[in-house]
Amino acid sequence: MIKKLHEQLIKKQKSAVEITQEYLERAKKSDLNAFITLTEQQALAQAKLIDEKISAGEPISELAGIPCSIKDIILVKDIRATGGSKILDNYISSYDATLVAKLKEQGVVIIGKNNCDEFAMGSSNETSAYGSVKNPHNTELVPGGSSGGSAASVAENTSVFSIGTDTGGSIRQPSALCGVVGLKPTYGAVSRSGLMAMASSLDQAGVIGQSIEDVKIVFDIISGKDNLDATSITEEQENRETNKQIDFKKLKIGVPKEYFAYDFDPEIKSAVEDTINQAEKLGAKIVQVSLPHTEYALAVYYIIMPSEVSSNMARYDGIRYGMSEQSAKNLSDIYKKTRGQYFGDEVKRRILLGTYALSAGYYDAYYKKAQQVRTLIRQDFEQVFDKVDLLITPTTPHVAWKIGEKKDDPLSMYLEDIFTVPVNIAGLPGLSIPVGKTKSNLPIGAQLIGKWNDEELLFAVANHLTT
Amino acid sequence: MNMDINHIANLARLELTEAEKEKYQKQLGSILNYVNKLSQAKTDGIETSDGGTRDLENIWADDISNKMFSNKEQELIKQAPAVEKGQVKVKSVF
Repeated sequence: MIKKLHEQLIKKQKSAVEITQEYLERAKKSDLNAFITLTEQQALAQAKLIDEKISAGEPISELAGIPCSIKDIILVKDIRATGGSKILDNYISSYDATLVAKLKEQGVVIIGKNNCDEFAMGSSNETSAYGSVKNPHNTELVPGGSSGGSAASVAENTSVFSIGTDTGGSIRQPSALCGVVGLKPTYGAVSRSGLMAMASSLDQAGVIGQSIEDVKIVFDIISGKDNLDATSITEEQENRETNKQIDFKKLKIGVPKEYFAYDFDPEIKSAVEDTINQAEKLGAKIVQVSLPHTEYALAVYYIIMPSEVSSNMARYDGIRYGMSEQSAKNLSDIYKKTRGQYFGDEVKRRILLGTYALSAGYYDAYYKKAQQVRTLIRQDFEQVFDKVDLLITPTTPHVAWKIGEKKDDPLSMYLEDIFTVPVNIAGLPGLSIPVGKTKSNLPIGAQLIGKWNDEELLFAVANHLTT
Repeated sequence: MNMDINHIANLARLELTEAEKEKYQKQLGSILNYVNKLSQAKTDGIETSDGGTRDLENIWADDISNKMFSNKEQELIKQAPAVEKGQVKVKSVF
């Protein structure tokens, strides 16, 4: 879609303002609730600048004039950012996230902020304080989460691409459920400056797009070292070989047996196996591999993540910004009443879980233990990547389910991330691609897991495997 | 799980209703039950993973302001719910 629109612009078949207006109209008419804020004025102003450049005969970049959207957990200067939470209902961003600044440099048109689970905590976009998002393929079903609004808007083409975040699957899972392409980059590949932090050792911003080509174009722009993020990776990342040409006959693709042994939707299994067979027909060698500590990954995640959440959520205290329960009589009550009133259910649950895991007497048994098993999970991947170049797995155990169905069963919801979570724990890149639909016409995603910093190989392989 | 929900809620600075306390006590109980499977993993002599980045070494930045918000202090302070004389106002501690 990006190249197609770019061509229309430089050939003057359509103006940037026209394209932006089309996207805004569709977004306004949509009943998916994929947006918390539409930034019509700013979008048209951005588009107008691009049109002026084109009229003046100046060259424009590939992303100039392309309508995109940003998950509401990422800051866009002077635009409201709620993080999907009531506690930031009145918050206006005071600066651009680094990735947003990079996109603006290219001349993108930001048409709005996407709805998401509250502070990125959820797998169905039902924890948002601004209402659930609907799946464009069937509006009674969830789009997945936490970047549910992002995936839904890209799937219904009210946004060409969206920047989401992924801590345990929040880009890949909704991408799979909505039939679009979703990339969670290598940890550190994209700066986290300007993201509302959820779990700092796991969070990554990434791209949801309509094609692998689109996702790669955007990833190449937003990635790179950033002095504002001490965990962003360095020169190696900037020197990586782009546009890798691959020879399928030299490729070794690993299929981790623990993933396929899990009890999941047989239609998903069938579609993913077809994809693996397709790779084999193209000449790749398929290797059965083992990641022995896979069974612990979700437990590791549900200790480390809430622990880091409990620390990151401390800043929402009703003092410097956001909502505040000013009727409180003293400082301690401001904190307790503000947070008690304005945080949602899932956020409180995870804060409590993390606070407990880190509290005196429990730290060794929970957090320290989880960080040790994290090392084991990483080592599993390292050993496997000595033998193969990438892995193919299902992205999710189920396709989209009914809105409300899992709302009262937190653990059942957490299990939807079972295939995506290990990738965040290991800090590796994960790409979800659409590989077919079920008999009830619901999208199925396959996940490609790459070596550290090897997004290029994932793009190159995925190009030959998508439907 | 011997979770003292009142103690944890206090540490987390969260005021919970009685109904919430009961609900969370139960839900957290079953989640902790699930994560307890970690105790089966053999981790003797295994190093903890510190975070997400490979080979991250401590770096030092020069002690110079990056001037990101120079002359914008008031803009930021205005975001606070209670402001007086250009300063963020808070309730008394006691």
